[in-house]
Amino acid sequence: MHYAAPASVEEAVGLLSGDPQARPYAGSTDLIPQLRGGRPEPSLLVDLKNIPRLTDIRSENGAWIIGAAAPAAALTEHRELTSDLPGLVEAAALIGSDQIQSRASLGGNLCNASPAADSVPALAVNGARAVIAGPDGERTVPVTEVVTGPGQTSLGAGELVAELVIDRPAPGTSDAYLRFIPRTEMDIAVVGAAARISLDGEGACRGAEVFLGAVAPTVAPVPEASDLLAGGPIGEEGLRAAAAAAAAACDPIDDKRGTVRYRRRVAGVLARRAIVRAAARAKERP
Amino acid sequence: MSNIPVSAVINGDPVEFLCRADQTLLDALRDTLGLIGTKEGCSTGDCGACSVIMNGRLTCSCLAPAPEADGAAITTIEGLADGHRLHPLQDAFLEGAALQCGVCTPGFLMAAKALLDRNPDPTEEEVRYGVAGNLCRCTGYDKIVRSIMDAAREMRENVPG
Repeated sequence: MHYAAPASVEEAVGLLSGDPQARPYAGSTDLIPQLRGGRPEPSLLVDLKNIPRLTDIRSENGAWIIGAAAPAAALTEHRELTSDLPGLVEAAALIGSDQIQSRASLGGNLCNASPAADSVPALAVNGARAVIAGPDGERTVPVTEVVTGPGQTSLGAGELVAELVIDRPAPGTSDAYLRFIPRTEMDIAVVGAAARISLDGEGACRGAEVFLGAVAPTVAPVPEASDLLAGGPIGEEGLRAAAAAAAAACDPIDDKRGTVRYRRRVAGVLARRAIVRAAARAKERP
Repeated sequence: MSNIPVSAVINGDPVEFLCRADQTLLDALRDTLGLIGTKEGCSTGDCGACSVIMNGRLTCSCLAPAPEADGAAITTIEGLADGHRLHPLQDAFLEGAALQCGVCTPGFLMAAKALLDRNPDPTEEEVRYGVAGNLCRCTGYDKIVRSIMDAAREMRENVPG
């Protein structure tokens, strides 16, 4: 196995295109345990952290552009980003310990393609786009099109996720992410729920986005949420209906973390709480 | 497999060594540089025994490929004491009996140092989150948490001015 730390996206793409067994990485917090677990060794490790564009966090033309290899700790330390996208930042902050936060990235969380990835539902509710660099240049796709199944992505040969782009939320819009695990820290989601709520000046709901994690092969949208909640203030009836829609949107597995029935039930509860939390935040930013 | 030259600053000293891509920073510290204070626990980033501070951030050295050390500033447990004078955290751990077998202790001390570097006055809850990435099978954590709180108090009281 060889190691390279290219200084530009073009150089990284060149290395990856020239060697099908090469593998890009940011924090290696998933990669190294996978290799320890017996996965085949790549021929070349391409460390993306020396590419300034990939570790930068900036606001440009009304959008946040987050380098795919920026560590979660850099997100939580970024006050303006946290104020704009508190749900995304709280999702990133839930990934592992402080040690993991120093290295784990949004790009890695996305491309590792775990159904339980914490940041992916929060990226999805915010309509995040992934800027993908490859041998034919760059393309931009919705993050929901990057992961195609557990451990599977739509990235082609030589491609890497360079940046995540998220429109800055309009006034009256905010997000939240909640995760259920059987302990306080350091576990993998049994269910994750992200919500993004938009309120008008009168406090009436204008739109709702809800995505669930860990209850389907990829993040699960709850497309009915907006119709069930929009039109007036968010109340008990709408919340109950949205929770039921979230439970119905699940396609979970039975495993040691939870049964299908349990996951469905928890998905409804968490979706409801995430909606309430996002709405409370939305009200705070008129 | 070719050797990769690395220039790093470890515990304040410039260090040069060769490593391979399949080695971790933990391997390089222990096997190449003889800095065996950093312990190997799980090797998968779960237990925190191998914690070091790399470029200002607490890191599991078992999760960093060794070539990443090139150009980095790294503090290991060997860099915590000032010569023969123990760091207040080390004194507090001894005073508070915050260790038994000792394998997890270097990692806890580095996690505690990283926490106090950015938050000199943590609540108990913040201390517990700050060491959530470190596992101890002996102490039950209570003495560790109390000792970190004690050291933080000691360090605040001894700040000049």
